[in-house]
Amino acid sequence: MLLSYLKLAWKVLLRRKFFTFISLFGISFTLMVLLVLVAAVDHFRGAHAPEKRLDRMLFVNLLSQSFKDGGRMSTPVSAHFIDTYIRPMKTPELVGFTSLGTNATTFAGNQSLTLSMRHTDANFWRLMDFEFIDGRPFSAAEIKQLARVCVITRHTARAFFGTDQGVVGRSLEIGPYQYRISGVVPDVPAIRLYSSADVWVPYTLNAADFRDKRFEGQYFAIMLAPSTGAVDAVREEFNQVMKRIPLPDPKRFTSMTAHADPPLASVVRQLTNNQESEKDGMGLFLTVCAVLALLFMLLPALNLINLNVTRIMERSSEIGVRKAFGASRQVLVGQFLVENLVLTVLGGALGLTLAALVLYAINESQFIAYSHFGLSWNAFLMGLMLTLVFGLMSGVYPAWKMARLNPNEALRTSGGGPR
Amino acid sequence: METTLTTAQAKPVQTSLKNTPMIKLTDIEKVYQTDTIETVALNRVNLTINKGEFVSIMGPSGCGKSTLLSLMGLLDEPTHGVIEIDGRALTSYSDKELAKVRNHKIGFIFQSFHLINDLSVLDNVELPLLYRAGLSGKERRQRAVTALEKVGLSARTKHFPSQLSGGQRQRVAIARALAGGPEIILADEPTGNLDSVMGEEIMDLLLGLHREQGTTIVMVTHDESMAHKTERLIRFFDGSQVS
Repeated sequence: MLLSYLKLAWKVLLRRKFFTFISLFGISFTLMVLLVLVAAVDHFRGAHAPEKRLDRMLFVNLLSQSFKDGGRMSTPVSAHFIDTYIRPMKTPELVGFTSLGTNATTFAGNQSLTLSMRHTDANFWRLMDFEFIDGRPFSAAEIKQLARVCVITRHTARAFFGTDQGVVGRSLEIGPYQYRISGVVPDVPAIRLYSSADVWVPYTLNAADFRDKRFEGQYFAIMLAPSTGAVDAVREEFNQVMKRIPLPDPKRFTSMTAHADPPLASVVRQLTNNQESEKDGMGLFLTVCAVLALLFMLLPALNLINLNVTRIMERSSEIGVRKAFGASRQVLVGQFLVENLVLTVLGGALGLTLAALVLYAINESQFIAYSHFGLSWNAFLMGLMLTLVFGLMSGVYPAWKMARLNPNEALRTSGGGPR
Repeated sequence: METTLTTAQAKPVQTSLKNTPMIKLTDIEKVYQTDTIETVALNRVNLTINKGEFVSIMGPSGCGKSTLLSLMGLLDEPTHGVIEIDGRALTSYSDKELAKVRNHKIGFIFQSFHLINDLSVLDNVELPLLYRAGLSGKERRQRAVTALEKVGLSARTKHFPSQLSGGQRQRVAIARALAGGPEIILADEPTGNLDSVMGEEIMDLLLGLHREQGTTIVMVTHDESMAHKTERLIRFFDGSQVS
């Protein structure tokens, strides 16, 4: 029976080519957009080198202090704050930090180059899984000695030296200083918030912040839990630590908050400017995303429902005949869902192909520096699931409507039935 | 329960069976209701069609004869009354159970043929067998071919309805009605869309079917000469049986 349904589904698709085109376009375009978004989110916050252990990481992005007159100030934290309050914590396996990327101008031959530079501690290199092409990260001792050393990306090495081989030990002039290159790493996509840069140097070389005893600074703290199951315990310990920290200036401020959030939650908190609440807002964020995705799918699904219902009326004779010869409602619902799933699976395959092409184009254009968007298994499975949801969304109502059609009416409206 | 299709197995209906009711309608009423109008299509109809009978129903347009046929075929529900098929009252049957009765007991022939244009002749004839559990694809195919042989169209299995003449299409529709081996054939003006020569051919097919296999046939027609070829003629007027 299934073979017969498939055969008929194929013929119905071929019979109404324009209808099929509109349907396939709607499905494939919708899925393409959703798949590209899934791939982008995966690229942005999925576990990819060098941020391979994101599921065990917590990030402290901002310290928020409320003024007595009602205002609020939110800034990254200082190295002093991290060393004094976060590093002594018991539950994290490792604590490290990195600054925001800042622009540094330099010259490669006669050409001016702008490099994105980060200041980090030594643990940063243990938190991130960089695969060194050559050399090594700078050490804790070098950081302490204020050694002018740096790690650079392959792209930076090639821009300066024309090669990424044998550059370790050579000097690189950034601003007024010469830095000795200690290692070369692969390019990191600009979309990786905590690890992307062109050059990394010891945080002790940041004269503005080093030895500053204020809480406000330029760093993101990164904590690594011993396991994914221990993430909540680290988070809870951080909350307790925050409660114990005295206000640095009680005359000006009434409260001070900071949160240790998982990667996506830390971004959501920043985007929603939600610095006061302990809740990171992920539940609401994911619900909103799911609703938006459903709404986005709903429009083409409604269109497909409309087309399907119209098609049903055209096929009332067939429905009447099938019922007359023994098809129950259940069987007809099954038939129509199979037909619709054939259409949506075709649309899904087309959507996957289109998404792969769009991602290829994005990668090639280097619209986001060093990005390499790809359709992972996760994205593929998500696409498959979305396709099935789409198929069911657009197929159930027409199938139900079709199955409830009175066979006598169905035959009569198409002519020649009992009157 | 199923009627075999091969001519060799077909035998004339025994006289004793002729007195056994195949379709029994008791006190049947059918009223079509809209917001403002109530139309009585059938008014207290009591009618029995015996096993192996070939009955024709005549009457002016709108007299309720086709409504009667659709009720006999379980395509519609009466507003009042009881329908019995082969001794079983079907009042409380579910949609699934009614579908099963239609599939096993009843074959339909329509004035407009109602073939599925996207399916080949063979696939069209196979259709009733798709809904029958326990039949392999090979068996379905075999039965469909046998039914097509009976209507003289075994050479057209791979054709599509659009490639056939009106008479050939009606033959395919008859083969489809026969494929499931039903005990009852309900034909709604089967010659209404055909010219007189093709109409005669189709009528001869139905008469042969009745004669050789003893199938119970109820045929709605406007054609007096066709009606007189059947065993019994029932006339309807304004929703009631008048003779």
